[in-house]
Amino acid sequence: MYVAVKGGERAIDNAHLLQAKLRRGDTRIPELSVDQVREQMPLAVARVMSEGSLYDPQLAALAIKQAAGDLMEAIFLLRAYRTTLPRFTASTPLDTTQMQLSRRISATFKDLPGGQLLGPTFDYSHRLLDFALLAEGEHPGPQVSPDAELSDCPRVLEFLAEENLMAREVDDGAAVPDITREPLDFPASRAQRLQALARGDEGFLLALGYSTQRGYGRNHPFAGEIRIGELEIWLEPEELGFAVPLGDIEVTECEMVNQFVGGKGIDAQFTRGYGLAFGYAERKAMGMALVDRSLRAAEYAEELEGPAQQEEFVLMHCDNVEAAGFVSHLKLPHYVDFQSELELIRKLRKQEREQPAAEEQRA
Amino acid sequence: MNTDEIYTRSEPASVVGGRSAGSGMYDVVHEDAEHRPYANQAGAVACEVGYNFAYLDEQTKRMIRRGLLKAVAVPGYQVPFGGREMPLPYGWGTGGMQLTAAILGADDVLKVIDQGADDTTNAVSIRRFFARTAGVKTTTRTPEATVIQTRHRIPETPLTNDQIMVYQVPIPEPLRFIEPSETETRTMHALEDYGVMHVKLYEDIATFGHIATSYAYPVTVDERYVMDPSPIPKFDNPKLHMSPALMLFGAGREKRLYAVPPFTRVVSLDFDDHPFAIQSWDECCAFCGSRESYLDELIIDDAGSKRFVCSDTDYCMQRRDAEEEGAQ
Repeated sequence: MYVAVKGGERAIDNAHLLQAKLRRGDTRIPELSVDQVREQMPLAVARVMSEGSLYDPQLAALAIKQAAGDLMEAIFLLRAYRTTLPRFTASTPLDTTQMQLSRRISATFKDLPGGQLLGPTFDYSHRLLDFALLAEGEHPGPQVSPDAELSDCPRVLEFLAEENLMAREVDDGAAVPDITREPLDFPASRAQRLQALARGDEGFLLALGYSTQRGYGRNHPFAGEIRIGELEIWLEPEELGFAVPLGDIEVTECEMVNQFVGGKGIDAQFTRGYGLAFGYAERKAMGMALVDRSLRAAEYAEELEGPAQQEEFVLMHCDNVEAAGFVSHLKLPHYVDFQSELELIRKLRKQEREQPAAEEQRA
Repeated sequence: MNTDEIYTRSEPASVVGGRSAGSGMYDVVHEDAEHRPYANQAGAVACEVGYNFAYLDEQTKRMIRRGLLKAVAVPGYQVPFGGREMPLPYGWGTGGMQLTAAILGADDVLKVIDQGADDTTNAVSIRRFFARTAGVKTTTRTPEATVIQTRHRIPETPLTNDQIMVYQVPIPEPLRFIEPSETETRTMHALEDYGVMHVKLYEDIATFGHIATSYAYPVTVDERYVMDPSPIPKFDNPKLHMSPALMLFGAGREKRLYAVPPFTRVVSLDFDDHPFAIQSWDECCAFCGSRESYLDELIIDDAGSKRFVCSDTDYCMQRRDAEEEGAQ
């Protein structure tokens, strides 16, 4: 009679097999290869690498395949793998002015040194289903002139900083904390905040950034610069004393120009929000930059009026692996706690019924 | 318990190899199949290759053990620790698992329960995890276990001073639902400012006539810190008081751990005119007839008929075994 929770082990094994079958789908259709996922779903791979905090397109593609396309599950798989890896050292800071750009736009200046470089984007496509993709076939690449060359692309916000119109960010040279090794404490440093946001859920950051645009902690932003491209990672081993290149990664960087601070004898200056993500991840980088700026409210003595400005609220809830885990744990058995609630609610109701009766008798 | 011993391994396969070579340190203790009907058979064959003993690397385990020492030294105080991402989801026992991994030695015998039962799916999953990654002996019998990882219950069988309880904790902060900010609650703990908690309990009485908290019922540890005993039913709270066993609490997502050392005073919050009381049932267990244990309610037919059985499956089994022996 009492079979509901028995046989857990066999049930778990079978659940795994059923899940594997669900993932594979109809076996008459050729199996998806990891290489195909890596090469043909680069934006999914980018998101999994960013929020999984591990730059490895091959493993991210494997995770996407194993997760049957559930990106949050894939992020979790990559994170659980990442946590077992040893940490050797930190790289030297990335210099994004040295990026091999594939895209670079600024919404604040019509033209600027290096120019606007549209690159690949969905931005101007009409969202019409392309039925030609139903049929497989080669797709012609873009027309390029063989002698095209990129010119130097200094950072847009640097021009403003030169004029003292933009607050400068200063590297205090402090050791970079690792929020995956040491727990967050509050108030968090900006380095900790940016790490948390870089791992944070794209949808959550997007929605919070959006809420600031609608007035919950408004701070009017301009997309000062968005750049996407390949970047060299350099490492300076202690015993060498000079830096050596390790390889290239693709990143998306977004710098927002936000409303100014100043007054009361201090010259007005623009402020900035910063976003960085692995791969081609424009939406994520923009959301991150908006939220980074809104979390600097206290630094600029602004009134805290929106959820996006509340550091604990944002940082404690932006991680989708944590959020998905805690929400999904509701599926675990809770009969003991529920039983104690049942006992309590019955006791309260019994007392409600008995008390008036007892009072009547006394009367 | 070899809690301070550092296990170093030249290669993962040596766990299996070490057994035949008789190195001793990693001897895999085989299970007594009779006594562990739900335990993992694969675990007895070989440990998971490519991972350290009990999954976590030794530096991480040391970091957690340092945190545990602090937690034992300051009973009921929540110690922040660098919680790691585990291969199980947050909310499913990652905090408890990290503590278990940090204190587990090769000679330990592990019992894992969820809702008091050894055979609930998540308990099976966690027990299997340690059988695979540490190759330790597992058991369902409370008296045989040296480490018991639990979710939501304390076993009915009295614990001894050779045993360590590891609790899985979802929200370690007892004040969290009154004050959502961590900055605020840490200050409240520091100042021993627990008035709001009593106000909350008083409001319960004003509204319902009773304190309307039936699980995760707050306690004061050693007359200092107010602590969340994890979502155990308040029925289990008295078992924490002066227990000979060490009680460790781990919250993975919130990255906090805390402890109640053996023989520590643990008092459930109450009022003189509304003293703390535990749950009771009019029914007894339908299997073993116990009137002392915490009961789960089962709905057994479409008419909604109810039956009550022990939530602690091992306790229930022990009583039935004893009855059978007595009958023979």
